[in-house]
Amino acid sequence: MATPLNGHSCAEIVGRAQDLFDDLSFGAARQWKAASPERKVIGYMPIYVPREIIHAAGFLPLGIVGGGDQLEVIHGDAYYQSYICRIPRSTVELGVSGRLDFVDGMLFPSICDVIRNLSGMWKMMFPKVYVRYFDVPQNYRDDIGGNYYINELAELRHDLEELRGSPITDDELSRSIALYNENRRLVRDLYALRIRAPWQAPAAEVYLVLRAGLVLPVEEHSTMIREYLAAAAQEERPQRDNCRVVLTGVFCEQPPLNLIKSLELAGCYVVDDDLLLVTRWLTADVPTDGDPLRNLALAFLHQSESTAAKYEPDLKEKGQHLVRAVRRSAAEGVIFACPSFCDPALLERPMLQHVLKEADIPYIAFKYAENSGQMQPIREQAGTFSDSIKLWSGR
Amino acid sequence: MKTFVGIDLGSTTTKAVLLDENCAVIGRGITNSRSNYSTAARVASEEARVDGRFTLFRRALGEIGGLNGKLDDFLGALERAFRLEQFLEQLDDLERTCVGLVTGERFAGLETGIKEALGEVFRRLRHEAPELYAPGAKRKSDFFRDIAGSRYHNHAEEVARLARLPYDLLLNVYDKSIIDVENRPPSGKLSDKFHRALRRVIDADPSLSGIGGVLPAIERALAIELEESYLVGTGYGRVTLPFSKEHIRSEILCHGLGAHMMYPNTRTVLDIGGQDTKGIQVDANGIVENFQMNDRCAAGCGRYLGYIADEMNMGLHELGPMAMKSDRPARINSTCTVFAGAELRDRLSLGEKREDILAGLHRAIILRAISIISRAGGVTNEFTFTGGVAKNEAAVRELRKLISENYGEVTININPDSIYTGALGAAEFARRAYAGQAGRRES
Amino acid sequence: MTTITTPKPAPAKEVDKDASMLKQKEMMAAHYDRLTSAPETGEKVASTFVPGNLNELIMCFDLLNNLPEVNAIQNGLRRQSGAYVLEAEKIGHSEDVCTYVKSDIGMMAKGNLAPNGKKFPNPDVLLLSYTGCFTFMKWFELLREQYQCETIMLHTPYMGDGKITKNMIEYMVKQLKDDVIPKLERISGKKFDIDRLREYLKKSAVAEDDLVRVLQSAKNKPSPIDAYFGGIYYIGPIFGAFRGTDDAIEYYKFLRGEVEDRLASGKGPVTPDGDMGKEKYRLVVEGPPNYTNFRQFWKMFYDEGAVVVASSYTKVGGVYDFGFRHDPGNPLETLAEYCLGVYTNRSLPMRIDMLSNYVKDYDADGLLINSIKSCNSFSAGQLLIMREVEKRTGKPGAFVESDLVDPRYFSAANIKNRLESYFQMIEQKRAGGRAAA
Repeated sequence: MATPLNGHSCAEIVGRAQDLFDDLSFGAARQWKAASPERKVIGYMPIYVPREIIHAAGFLPLGIVGGGDQLEVIHGDAYYQSYICRIPRSTVELGVSGRLDFVDGMLFPSICDVIRNLSGMWKMMFPKVYVRYFDVPQNYRDDIGGNYYINELAELRHDLEELRGSPITDDELSRSIALYNENRRLVRDLYALRIRAPWQAPAAEVYLVLRAGLVLPVEEHSTMIREYLAAAAQEERPQRDNCRVVLTGVFCEQPPLNLIKSLELAGCYVVDDDLLLVTRWLTADVPTDGDPLRNLALAFLHQSESTAAKYEPDLKEKGQHLVRAVRRSAAEGVIFACPSFCDPALLERPMLQHVLKEADIPYIAFKYAENSGQMQPIREQAGTFSDSIKLWSGR
Repeated sequence: MKTFVGIDLGSTTTKAVLLDENCAVIGRGITNSRSNYSTAARVASEEARVDGRFTLFRRALGEIGGLNGKLDDFLGALERAFRLEQFLEQLDDLERTCVGLVTGERFAGLETGIKEALGEVFRRLRHEAPELYAPGAKRKSDFFRDIAGSRYHNHAEEVARLARLPYDLLLNVYDKSIIDVENRPPSGKLSDKFHRALRRVIDADPSLSGIGGVLPAIERALAIELEESYLVGTGYGRVTLPFSKEHIRSEILCHGLGAHMMYPNTRTVLDIGGQDTKGIQVDANGIVENFQMNDRCAAGCGRYLGYIADEMNMGLHELGPMAMKSDRPARINSTCTVFAGAELRDRLSLGEKREDILAGLHRAIILRAISIISRAGGVTNEFTFTGGVAKNEAAVRELRKLISENYGEVTININPDSIYTGALGAAEFARRAYAGQAGRRES
Repeated sequence: MTTITTPKPAPAKEVDKDASMLKQKEMMAAHYDRLTSAPETGEKVASTFVPGNLNELIMCFDLLNNLPEVNAIQNGLRRQSGAYVLEAEKIGHSEDVCTYVKSDIGMMAKGNLAPNGKKFPNPDVLLLSYTGCFTFMKWFELLREQYQCETIMLHTPYMGDGKITKNMIEYMVKQLKDDVIPKLERISGKKFDIDRLREYLKKSAVAEDDLVRVLQSAKNKPSPIDAYFGGIYYIGPIFGAFRGTDDAIEYYKFLRGEVEDRLASGKGPVTPDGDMGKEKYRLVVEGPPNYTNFRQFWKMFYDEGAVVVASSYTKVGGVYDFGFRHDPGNPLETLAEYCLGVYTNRSLPMRIDMLSNYVKDYDADGLLINSIKSCNSFSAGQLLIMREVEKRTGKPGAFVESDLVDPRYFSAANIKNRLESYFQMIEQKRAGGRAAA
C-alpha cells in the first residue's frame, strides 16, 4: 500500500465512514451539538432539501434515510401496515427509541404520500420538535413555481431564525452556498473517478464516503472526500472484467450495503446511480452573489437532477436524463432496483424502461427492502446481466 | 345439572368445552374437523360430555376415602377402558360397513375371499386393541380415523399377501367406509359403555369391587343429567356455522374471553395459530377492546415452521429443542414461507450452523408476532401466549427476550391446553347469555 | 336442547332503487354516450382527477370531462377491473402500485371500452390536477406517453401545516391565470370568459348546499342515509362531470327531498335489500370502499343493523360540510381553495380532527378504517389515526383491509370476521354498561 499524501489511508477513511454509517445513535452529530450551546440539528429525509439554509443558521443538517438492515423494527410496525415500505417504519423506530432525541427539527420533502403523511405523524408524536413538510414546485416557470418556491424558502429561513433566536443574513447564506458548491463539486469528482476507473473506487466505499456527508458538517465532509480521492488514486487495485451499469430507483429507502457489494462482486461496476441524490441534486455551482434564496430557487428550477418525484413537463424529455447518465458514464446497461411498495420508483419504472428500449440500452429489474438478507438472487441476476452484456453486446 | 357448551370450529380441529354454573370446566372434547360442520360440532361436544362424566366420577369418588390415593389410577384405568369400548364399537361398525360394500363387478368372484380376509383383519384389530389402550401406551393420535387407519393398512397388507388377494380391494372398501363410520353417531347407550368399561377395570383388579361406596358413587354420577342450558359456537372462515345467530360469537371475542378465563389478570393475548396470528387486548371482564390480525399471509405462523421442518427433514417438535442449543441467532429478515427453503439452503451453504439459523427463524417469527401486537396496542401486563407455537420453547425464549427488552417486566402466561381457549370463551359466553336471560326472566 | 342447526338462506329480495339513483344512472349514461360520441360530434375531451376536479373551468371551454378514477370505479363495480389489473401487471406494472392506475391501463390495453360498450375517445388534453395524491402525477405521465397528448400540470400544495397560506393561493391562482387557462384556450379554441365561470360556480354552490343537508341528515337517529355505501352514489354528480350544471342542482334537490321524506317517516337508509331494519350500530368510516365486492361488503353492515353516519371518502372530491362553497365572487381563488381543501390534501392532524369530530357530532359508536392496500395516500398513517381517534373519543376503533378494484385483495371471511368481532365488542361494552347501571 503506497503512502498516502496526508496520512490517511483508504482503509482509514473508509473505516471512519463505516463507523459513522453503523452508528444508529448518531454519536458524531451528538458530539458536534454538545460542543456549543447555540448549535442545533435539523434532520431531513430524501430526496432533497436546501441544506445551505440550515447550515447558514449555524445548524447541522442531518440526513435520515431509515434504519437499515441492522435495526430491528419493533415499535415502528405499530404505525404501518405490511404493504408500506420499510423506511418510514424504521425512521419511526429511530424516533421512538430515542436515537433522535437530540434532533431539534425534521424536514419531510415532498417525494411521495408516505413521507408526506409521516410529516403529520411526526408533528403529533414529537410535538416539541420543529417539523416542516417541505414542498417543492412542480411548475418550473420562474414567475410561477419560482415565486412560490422562494416564498417556501423564506418561510423555512424564518422558522430557522426563530429557532436560532436571531436573523440569518444573506451573507451567511451565500457563504454556506459556497461551501456546498464545493462539496457538490467534490461529489462530482468522486463520480468522475468512478466513471474513469471504477476499480479504483469500489461502489460500497464511495457510498460510505457519500453517506458520511449526511451526518458530518459539510466542511469535514469535503475534507473527507478530498482525502479519499487522493488515497483511492494511490491504491493498487486490480481491474475486473466487469460490465458498467447505472443503478436507479435507490433514491429513498436505501439498499443494504451488501446489495451494493453484491452487484460489483457479481460483475457489474456501478458507474452512476441515484443513491443519496441530496449530495449532488444541484448540478452546477449556485451563484454566491445576489439574493441567495432566489439563487437557490433558480438552481432548483433549472439546474437540478431528475427523479421520479419530479414532474417532467416535456414528453420528449421524459426519461432522457437516464439515457444521458448512461452515455455520460459509458455504461452498458441499467439496473432498476426499487424498494418494495415504493410508488415513485415502481410507477416510474415502465416509462423509463420504454425510453431505454428505444435507446437500445439493456436493463434488468428487481425489488429490495432496506433489510433484505438474501443476496443470492441479486448476485444471480446481476451476474447473468453482466454475462449477457459481455457476450451479446458485441464488445 | 346445568351446563354451558362452547364449540370452536377450527381449521384442523374442532373443540368443545363444558362449563358448569360456577364457571368450572367440567369437560373438554376435541375431534378432527371435517366438511360436515354439524357433525364435527356434535362429535366434539359428545367428547366433552364424556370427559364431563369423568369429572363427575372424580367428584363423586373424591368424597370416598376408600380409594386411598389410587383415585387417579382408577379413573385412568376407567378412561382407557372406556376409550377401548368406544374403539371396539366403531371397529364393529367399520367391519359391518366394509363387508356391506363387498358387492359389484369389482369384487366379482372374490366376494367370499375378501369377506374372509376382512374377517381376519378385524379379528387381528380387535385382538390388539387393548394394547393400544394399555397404561403408558403411546398413540400418535386419539382420533379413530388415525388409529384405525394405520393399523388397518398394516394388517390388510399382510392378510392380502398371505391370502393372495388384491390389497387394493381391501383398501377400497376401507376408503369408502371410513368417512361414514367416523360421522355416524355412536350406537348404544353411553351408560352401557361406561358399565362395560367398569367391568373391564374390575376384572383386571377385583379388589376394587370390595371398596365401599365406589360402585354406588359411579351410579350416582352416571345418573346426573348434563342439561345443555345454552350453547355458543364460533369458528373462522366458515360461510355458515351450524348455529343460529344468537348462538354465535366471533372467534376473536371467544379467544379473548377464554384467555381471561384461564388468566383473569391478562390484558394482552397473542395467538399464533397454524395460518393466522391474532393480537388481542381485553379489559378486566375479558371483553376485547382492540385486536389486529394477520390472516392474509402465513409468514410467521405455525405453517411456516412446518415448511422449515420439512426442509430440514426434522419433526416439527424437534425444531424448538435444536434452536435452544444456539446462543447466537442468525439474523433472518424475512419469514416469507415461499422463500423459507431458499433462505435456509443459502445460509447452510454459507456455513451457518443449523441451530443458529433455527434460533434466528424463531426470533423472526416472534418479531412478526410482536408487530401485530404493536398494532393492537402493545403489551400490557399480563401477557398470555396461546396457539401451537406457544409449545415451542425456542419461540417462547425469544418472546420473553423481546418483551423484556421492549416492555419491561411482564408476566407471561402459557397454558399447555391453550388449544381450548376459543371453546372456553364460547362456553363462558353461553353461561353469561343464559344468566342474562335468567335475569330478564326474573324481572 | 341442542341448537346445532344449519340456518336456512334468506329468500332473495327485489332490488330496491331510489328515484334519485335512477336519475343519476341516466346522467352517467348520457355522459358516457356523449364521451364516446366525441369523435363524431367533434367535442373535445379533457381528462382530470376527482380531487381537484375543476369541472366548472373545464366547462368554460366546452370540453367534456373524463375522469379515469370514475372509469376505474365503474370497472370495479362491474367486476371487470380484476382482468384489467392482471393485464397491466403482465405489461410490466408492479403488483405494489395503485389499482386504479392498473385498471385504467389494462382497460386501455383491452380495447378501452366505456360502460356503454363503445370506445373511449383519445383525450385532447390531460389536466393533471396534482392534488392530494402522488400517484396522479405518474398516472397522467403514463397516459401522456400512451396518448401522446398535451398535459397541463396544476400543482396543489399540500396543507402540511394544517392551513391554507397566502403563498399557496397565489401560486395556484397564478398557475391558473398564466398557465392552465391560456393552454386550455389554445387547445379548445375557446376564449376564457370569467363570467361564464362565475355562473357555473354559483350553480355549484346551490348543489353543494343540498348535498351538505343530505350528509348532515345522518346526525338523526335513525339515520335516513348510509354515508359510505349510499354515499358513493350521492357524491357522484358533485365529484364528477356535473358540478356547476342544472342537472346536478336538480339531482341534489331531488335527493334532499327523498332524504327528508325518509327522515319524516323515521326510516333508515335504503339498501340493495330494501330498507334497513333496526339501527343498531352507528359508524364513522375512514378510507375508500372496495368496489369489486361492493354489495357483499355493504351487506355485512346492514345485515347487522350497522349504518355509516359519516365518512371521509365522501369528502375526497371536495369538503363542503364545514362551510366552504364555491364562490363566484372570487372565481380563481375559490378554485384554489376548493383544491387545497379536499380530504386527501389535508394533513394527518387535520384528518384526525375531522374524524374525531364526526364520531362526536354524529354520535357514532366508533371509527372503522378500511385500509386499502394499494393506496398510500389514505393508508400511510391510518394506524396512528385509529389510535388517536380512539383516545380522543373514548370509543373503540376497528381495522379491516382490502383494496380498491383488485378482487384478489378482498377476503370476505377475513373482513366479516373482523367486522362481526367489532360489532360484538360494541355490544358487549353496552351490555357491560347496562349491567353496571
